Amino acid sequence: MQKLLQLQDFGGPGAKTLDEVRREAAQGGCSSTGGSGKASCGSGAGQGDLSPEVWDKVKNHPCYSEQAHHHFARMHVAVAPACNIQCNYCNRKYDCANESRPGVVSEKLTPEQAARKVLTVASTIPQMTVLGVAGPGDPLANPGKTFKTFELVAETAPDIKLCLSTNGLTLPDHVDRIQAMNVDHVTITINMVDPEIGAKIYPWIFYNHRRIEGVEASRILSERQLLGLEMLTARGILVKVNSVMIPGVNDKHLVEVNRAVKSRGAFLHNIMPLISEPEHGTVFGLTGQRGPTAQELKALQDACEGEMNMMRHCRQCRADAVGLLGEDRSAEFSTDKVMEMEVEYDLEARQAYQAKVEQEREVIARAKQAELAKLADETSAIKIQVAVATKGGGRVNEHFGHAHEFQIYEVSTTGAKFIGHRRVDLYCEGGYASADGVEPIIRALNDCSAVLVAKIGVCPKDSLEGAGIEAVETYAFEFIEKSVIAYFKDYLERVGKSEIRHVVRGDADIRQGAFIET
Amino acid sequence: MAYKIIASQCTSCSACEPECPNVAIYEKGGTFVINPKKCTECLGHFDVPQCVAVCPVENTCVIDNSVPRYQAPA
Repeated sequence: MQKLLQLQDFGGPGAKTLDEVRREAAQGGCSSTGGSGKASCGSGAGQGDLSPEVWDKVKNHPCYSEQAHHHFARMHVAVAPACNIQCNYCNRKYDCANESRPGVVSEKLTPEQAARKVLTVASTIPQMTVLGVAGPGDPLANPGKTFKTFELVAETAPDIKLCLSTNGLTLPDHVDRIQAMNVDHVTITINMVDPEIGAKIYPWIFYNHRRIEGVEASRILSERQLLGLEMLTARGILVKVNSVMIPGVNDKHLVEVNRAVKSRGAFLHNIMPLISEPEHGTVFGLTGQRGPTAQELKALQDACEGEMNMMRHCRQCRADAVGLLGEDRSAEFSTDKVMEMEVEYDLEARQAYQAKVEQEREVIARAKQAELAKLADETSAIKIQVAVATKGGGRVNEHFGHAHEFQIYEVSTTGAKFIGHRRVDLYCEGGYASADGVEPIIRALNDCSAVLVAKIGVCPKDSLEGAGIEAVETYAFEFIEKSVIAYFKDYLERVGKSEIRHVVRGDADIRQGAFIET
Repeated sequence: MAYKIIASQCTSCSACEPECPNVAIYEKGGTFVINPKKCTECLGHFDVPQCVAVCPVENTCVIDNSVPRYQAPA
């Protein structure tokens, strides 16, 4: 019950004025140079420049805190199939078992089934702290189903944070209900604030019983998005903004979007690469609109980072994703299985796990600080990127061949900064190297000087070396950031002794498709 | 006298169901269908048929030629 009361304190009525929220947001901006942490930059356990109040809300939320996403899991339930706008990067027709675009889902759930699934997953996975409704349509185009799901979950699992992700068209109509249900995080996808640009992204919206096309559609959409954002921040509800980076369409414009959303109190901006394979049948897929390269994405994120906190750990997961950000366990929790499973919701056990994680995070932060102190006398201008194979817990603990993705850190004498995930196709399947070999992975990691792994075979190690990427097992099972900094120190020493030559790396590929466990 | 939904194209997204002013749309066998006895082509309610306007797949909610067009009561 105490927990319930605490939860109700979150963003409760009249919690903060808009000015206060804006001041906080303004303070939240962090420098693009020398961020020693990452998304929430700064030091310590990751709080960075966020106010204690905001940090308290986001610290256990894997979608909002890069630190948290090593330790906590989220799940999405697909209760909201209907949508009220059409986006050129989405095709609602395409939905099959092989589908792996973000937002796409194969199994629709009723609110009752969804609530049951949430309880089952939360009982099995104590890390599961967050429930999101994100589609496959728009949660607020299905308000009845979305809010019914939240209501049912809040009744039995009051410690689970509720959040939703919307296109914003009907957001102003639902702000009161969002607040009443203690939804403490809302994500709005804002791809433009200029309707002329919007017209290239959104062919139509359905609004006030009419289908509206062209620039007019985007004008209305943008107005509603920004109004919704202002209304939420005025009520103290945290708002993250997602933007899809579409080269040649809105890439340069997103800097302006960043300023617009920051000034209205958004606390985090997540710029994601466009996914547009022709086989997805989206307009952009069919017209050959390309997505950004890894370095194009990073350059834009860096440009916006001086303005506000940037989120870089988004994994663009599916609307029915279950698990830590590095995994998808949705197959274990299909509706049939969930209905048969015994559910015992143990709040105490969940809280005990979360307390343990808190301690571990302190240890990780201290280890990183200690390692960083060793770099204090270095003055080199060298900056490199290092890839890390991990399966969670904030450690270098994944075998190269088993990695579905790598975490990329940028490291310089000012510290190590997480800059993103790189998805790859599994190198090792059933003990054999994949037919495509290590080449696609090299392309995905091409901007990195090294990859830290728990273990790697001789063949891929040689191939990587040939491409100028050093494969390093020295830091197996150590903390990630500490290891990245230690590797960098060693790198500088070897450059100093002319044992190796510092090379400025090129660009890298962003793999298409959302993350799914294969 | 009605619209129909081409089942092979329906994504079952349910967007049309709550928009129908006549409550003529319901789920059947995994996709949505329109009850032709209830459909008024939105005449008297809206300028455009709501199912057509909200459907994400073009040419999926179409006039059902097997029944006569809807006539508004005089």
